Amino acid sequence: MSLNTAMVEKYRNNFLKEVAGNVEEGDWVKMCMQCGVCAGSCPLGDAWEHTPQKLFMMIRAGKRDEVLTSDSMWMCTSCYNCIVRCPRELPITHIMHGLATYAKKLGLAPKSNPTQWFSETFWNNMMKKGRVNELKLGLSLYFKDGFVSGIKESIAHQKLGMNMMKAKRMAPMEIMGGHGVKDLSGLQKMIKKAQDIEAERLEANSK
Amino acid sequence: MAKYDKKLGAYICSGCGISDRLDVSQLETTAKRDGKAANCKTHEFLCSKAGVEMIQKDIDDGEVNHVIIGGCSRRSKIEAFRFPEAAVTRANLREGCIWIRPDNDEAQETTQEMADDLIRMACAESKYMNIPEASGEQELNKTLMVVGGGITGMTTAIESAKAGYSVVLVEKAGELGGWMAKLHKRTPNKMPYAAPADTNIDATIAAVNDHANITVHLNTTVAKTEGAPGRFKVELAVESGSSSNVEVGAIVQASGFNMYDPANVPAMNYEKSADIVTNMELEALANAAGDGPIKRPSDGKEVTSVIFVQNVGQNSEEEGHLPYHSGLGDMVAIKQAMYFKHHNGDCDTTILFDNLRTPGAAGEDFYRAGQDQLVTFRKGIASEVVAGGELGVKFKDMILDEEFTESADLVVLDVGMVPNSGPDPYAADNLPKDEDGNPIEVEEENAVTVESILNLDYRQGTDLPHLKHGFTDSHFICFPYETRRTGIYSAGPVRRPMDIHQTMEDATGAAMKAIQALENAGKGRAAHPRSGDLSYPLFRKEGCTQCKRCTVECPFGAINEDERGFPEFNESRCRRCGTCMGACPVRVISFDNYSVDTVGQQIKNVDIPEEFDEKPRILVLACENDAYPALDMAGQNGIEYSSFARIIPVRCLGSVNTIWLTDALNSGYDGIVLMGCSKGDEYQCHFVKGSEMAHYRMGKIADTLQTLSLEEERVATYEVAITDIHRAPKLINDMAETIEQIGMSPFKF
Repeated sequence: MSLNTAMVEKYRNNFLKEVAGNVEEGDWVKMCMQCGVCAGSCPLGDAWEHTPQKLFMMIRAGKRDEVLTSDSMWMCTSCYNCIVRCPRELPITHIMHGLATYAKKLGLAPKSNPTQWFSETFWNNMMKKGRVNELKLGLSLYFKDGFVSGIKESIAHQKLGMNMMKAKRMAPMEIMGGHGVKDLSGLQKMIKKAQDIEAERLEANSK
Repeated sequence: MAKYDKKLGAYICSGCGISDRLDVSQLETTAKRDGKAANCKTHEFLCSKAGVEMIQKDIDDGEVNHVIIGGCSRRSKIEAFRFPEAAVTRANLREGCIWIRPDNDEAQETTQEMADDLIRMACAESKYMNIPEASGEQELNKTLMVVGGGITGMTTAIESAKAGYSVVLVEKAGELGGWMAKLHKRTPNKMPYAAPADTNIDATIAAVNDHANITVHLNTTVAKTEGAPGRFKVELAVESGSSSNVEVGAIVQASGFNMYDPANVPAMNYEKSADIVTNMELEALANAAGDGPIKRPSDGKEVTSVIFVQNVGQNSEEEGHLPYHSGLGDMVAIKQAMYFKHHNGDCDTTILFDNLRTPGAAGEDFYRAGQDQLVTFRKGIASEVVAGGELGVKFKDMILDEEFTESADLVVLDVGMVPNSGPDPYAADNLPKDEDGNPIEVEEENAVTVESILNLDYRQGTDLPHLKHGFTDSHFICFPYETRRTGIYSAGPVRRPMDIHQTMEDATGAAMKAIQALENAGKGRAAHPRSGDLSYPLFRKEGCTQCKRCTVECPFGAINEDERGFPEFNESRCRRCGTCMGACPVRVISFDNYSVDTVGQQIKNVDIPEEFDEKPRILVLACENDAYPALDMAGQNGIEYSSFARIIPVRCLGSVNTIWLTDALNSGYDGIVLMGCSKGDEYQCHFVKGSEMAHYRMGKIADTLQTLSLEEERVATYEVAITDIHRAPKLINDMAETIEQIGMSPFKF
């Protein structure tokens, strides 16, 4: 049984409890008083399908699939406007990230969402050497939609690349593999351990 | 009315700049020559200790018994110029003369004329008044009756008893406690406002039963109430058929409320399922649960999900609904949702609110506590409670803009509070009227005959007048406890929807007002707003034509009629507004210190210059409660108005007798401005209906003007608020302008 099915089984129709129990800072959702200040404060509010206020209401209304498959929380740019303004002091930005992570773990995150794709690419890039290889990360973003569009993107940004090299802001030799942290395997073990603990916790929660 | 030699003494203050602006010696001469004041003195600082002692000495020496003070407004230095053994009048030389006139040579002449007239008017008023004294018919009865044994009535009783007064507590039911005794718990009244609290009603009931000053009458109703503050005679009827009589000084009606019947909202299907209950019925279910889970009524199943439908039939214009909102149903729902969280473990609780109202100190904290306990709050408007088959609620979620149907084991309806008041004595006045002003008979299928609570033996109905929506009367702006039946106070939810905390405060306030009323009645003093006034309506029976205007128009139901139709004044019910005096077509009603003559003579004693002098005279009759203070404040703010105005304060515009206007016009006044308070639903009249009566009467003054061949514009009636310090002077100036346009009155001799 997948983790997702297990969670559905366990919490049946009480999605609010599922969020409170599993999503990072999700316990705060119940305290939302639906004033809408977050929705009005979000600089990207118009671009979202659901504002934070609405997402919180959907959670209470038990709209599990709609919330977890939504790309709304992936759109958060972490500007913290909502956190600053929330009269109930909810850590809204963190809840958005928590919801996104949770959806991702259950395999429900929208595959085509570019933010979601970029986050994953960023993570994998970083985990290879223990630090981000900016050159490779940038290039992978250019070549995201295939070889031809990658070349076009690269040519379009050629001048920027040259300037960055001149200013020593970009090291071309990083393409050869790049440098990493001192104890790479130690870091990887540490992360693995943390991931295992988190997975165990979710597994236990779903029972 | 005492008969004695009136010895007028005029005291003119030359301080506060009066002597700089006015010829004070001339004022003294005026008082002596025109005002016939035998004793005239000027003092440079009259309200000082020396000044007051000077006056007091003359009174003590028997030189003076009528004191005329020319200085500041009658609203200033009240304490200093209080001479209870004398009749006091004031000439407003400061706020009403020098402060509203420009300080220059050109204005000097008219300002002095104004001051001379003010002195003449004050002397004339003094000459025609008497030193008010109580009639001697008063009784001090230190017993109060409280009608209703709920938390409001019990609190009133306890507070009054603690203050040393005896209380007769009358309760219709067989036990004390009312609705509060039916509650499982109450909303919290102490920090941290996080959980429902015990009502402790038993302790309150015990306190009432144990107090030596409180006599409790259970299973008892009020069969008849007659008399007046200080001497109410009440007949109590016991359910068993016996009756008893008590005499009380004041009455507090704490008859509380009933719950709205949700059957009036068909979509709630209240009668279709035993599992659709009102919030009050849920209290009984919670009580029945004991330490175990709350069970639903139909089959005793443990409740695992409950939906609270808020605002059932409240704040709605639809027929059969309540036009107001009780305001506390959301707090009750949070409290009751917590019952389920406490008793039924993992129970799903949803509150469907429209506008969540969580007032009071506990409000926001209690709301958060509910959220913290995972009570689900949804802004949703229920369209139907589904009763056939699986119980559930159809509603529109207003945040998600989407229709939902959620099922539940139990549905709780938030119903509002309906005041348990008696029939409105003025109900007929509020009926819809046809073009001629006759009430249209409305056939009401569900018309409920409301039982009287107090059974007052008053000419104007058996019960307290209603304010709105059946809630009893009170002056909601200035004096919230005062009803239009002096000495009878209403407290608690019969006055407006209230929670326990509010009602206990309200009950305490009403107890204090009731005590004040009976003490005042014992001394023959008026209640609010003319607190302390000893004068009362005097009536010359020989002249009376039994027209009944006074008995009908008295806003306080103070006047009964005897079998021959003559008015019977109940002075301690009277609030001394003088509306009866204004109403009387044959002018047989007066007060010692306020009568048709005291004002009429002021009007007559104003010096009316001849037509070619181009000095018109404008009579301003200003309500002493709002318009006169507004004009005083205009003076304090240096706002100028016409020196042609002669302002006379009246107790209420309702006390204005049309003879004053006719006399004024006949004797050559060029214009008349009447200033009363706001009337109608948002009234500010201290006597509730006085201003309205005055406006009604003045509506007919056009006829008088026509018979005199005068222009209608010469008389203007306005509603003036105490804040109108710019507008009130402007209204006077407008009249001066109007006179300039239409010309002087032809009636100058």
